[in-house]
Amino acid sequence: MNRPHRFRPGQILSHVILLFLAFLFMFPFYVMIVTSVRSPAELFVPEFRWLPESFTGLRYYIQAVADIPALTFLKNGVLISGGILIVQLLTAIPCAYALAKFEFRGRDLLFALVLFSLTVPIQAPALPLFLGLNAIGAIDTYFAAMVPFFLSVFAIFLFRQTFRTYPDEIIQAARLDGMSEWAILWTVVVPGCLPSVAAFSIFSVTAHWNDLYWPMVVIRSNDLMTPPLGLAFFADSESGANYGALMAMATILTAPLMIGFLLAQRHFIRGITMTGVK
Amino acid sequence: MPADLTQSVSISRAPRRLGAILSPRIAYGLAAPSVLLLVLTVMAPIMMMILLSFTSYKFGETGIEWIGIGNYAQLFGDRTFRRALWNTFAYVLMVAPASVLLGLFLAVLIDGLSKGQRFYRLIFFLPVTATVVAMAMVWKYLLHGTIGPFNLLLQSLGLPSLDVFGGRDLALAGLAAINIWSLAGFNMVLFAAGLTAVPEDLYEAAAMDGMDSKFDRFLNVTLPLLGPVTMFVIVTSTITAFKVFDTVAVITHGGPRGATDVLLYTTYLEGFSYFRMGSAAAMTVVFLAIMMVFAWIQARVLDRKVHYR
Repeated sequence: MNRPHRFRPGQILSHVILLFLAFLFMFPFYVMIVTSVRSPAELFVPEFRWLPESFTGLRYYIQAVADIPALTFLKNGVLISGGILIVQLLTAIPCAYALAKFEFRGRDLLFALVLFSLTVPIQAPALPLFLGLNAIGAIDTYFAAMVPFFLSVFAIFLFRQTFRTYPDEIIQAARLDGMSEWAILWTVVVPGCLPSVAAFSIFSVTAHWNDLYWPMVVIRSNDLMTPPLGLAFFADSESGANYGALMAMATILTAPLMIGFLLAQRHFIRGITMTGVK
Repeated sequence: MPADLTQSVSISRAPRRLGAILSPRIAYGLAAPSVLLLVLTVMAPIMMMILLSFTSYKFGETGIEWIGIGNYAQLFGDRTFRRALWNTFAYVLMVAPASVLLGLFLAVLIDGLSKGQRFYRLIFFLPVTATVVAMAMVWKYLLHGTIGPFNLLLQSLGLPSLDVFGGRDLALAGLAAINIWSLAGFNMVLFAAGLTAVPEDLYEAAAMDGMDSKFDRFLNVTLPLLGPVTMFVIVTSTITAFKVFDTVAVITHGGPRGATDVLLYTTYLEGFSYFRMGSAAAMTVVFLAIMMVFAWIQARVLDRKVHYR
């Protein structure tokens, strides 16, 4: 709605209000970064200063990487959210293809179950999953951290919608060429639906990178902790006064997603909001 | 966008029989891994969880006893659980309306700009992508009773300082503020999508009909057309707020003295800290039942939204 209202006082008023709100919204990020580069003594002076009096440089960042295993957490975050995403794509895409382009008995039932599962959060199956993983001795492993998310009903739902709009003629032509269904799916259909795959990937990685609940249930050892869990664990175990190191670590562990977002804003916004259903 | 999802659900149900010459066995093969996972990680665990809720099972003990609705009866007599339930609803009542209104406000204000739309959208969406746990720690410091920048600011203005997470009165509201901050940008984007769908000529028609002020047009044209989107945003925000866990686990641990005990955190402690699986399962059933009500409302809303368009 581009109604003609340039250079009206209303525009200026809007900018004033929005800039003020933008300042409030950005303030926590500013505090996070400025606290990570100032000396701890400055935190206890009874006034807020905008810039550090004594700049500590990267000292706390080095500390976070050296003393606190921030790099290990990053690695675990990449392995776990990456592993989850790969299995999700490998299982959901064929299932969605079957639901979208085949008729078979039980299809409607399967789709109904998918729709039902869309509304089920991880906390619902958590207790039995924990007991089951414990029974097979898998607690405190990468596998335990990933397995509840291997199936993404959201991915099935989303890809089914996308595949349904894929032209049948192309699939038929590929069949006449003698391609197997598996080959058609991965070399013809999926490359034609990459925007959906990208959007889902962003959604999935963001969700699992940031998840605290499930890692808190199944991960025990420091070596396997994900970024949120590691951060929460060290926030509790630190004496509490070491805000510099804590903020440096918060910055390091938030940075990958933030940089990703700044580089690919549109994809991020699309990926995260398209899943308002979840 | 949610709009895509909903529309395509109701679009032509005309499944062409593409697989006519192909054996449906191929389809079963394609779906099999997902079906297996669906049974193993969703269906079976949920059924087990419901069964578990009728037992007195404790993790680590060998005995398991059927106690019927014992857990449920106990829950609703339990002050801690009732408080957690009450806190959760109070939290939702703070977060959902505020984040929806703020999201709408931002979307409308930004939509009216002739310059800088992208810049503002970027700024307000940034908290959505930030890791909640990391930002929770920043907020904890920000609102710290003595050294927090927020309190230093209050003091410099000659106001008394507030120990947000230290006292029972403000702790829940403090957590709600964090969630409003991280959810408003999300809602803003959903509203922005709704706004672009409002046809331009409607405003011209409204102007011709004598609706001179922008505010009149907003009330009479924009808002009614945003109705379905608004319903959708309200339900999603409610669900998100209802699942609050991270900030409680990181900042307050349910304290001070139970002031921020919420449903998921209490359930987590019951199951994975005290290992009382039976009663934790009963709590989960209550949680899931409430989620199902929300989901049902959401499905209804989505239906309406499709017809509306």
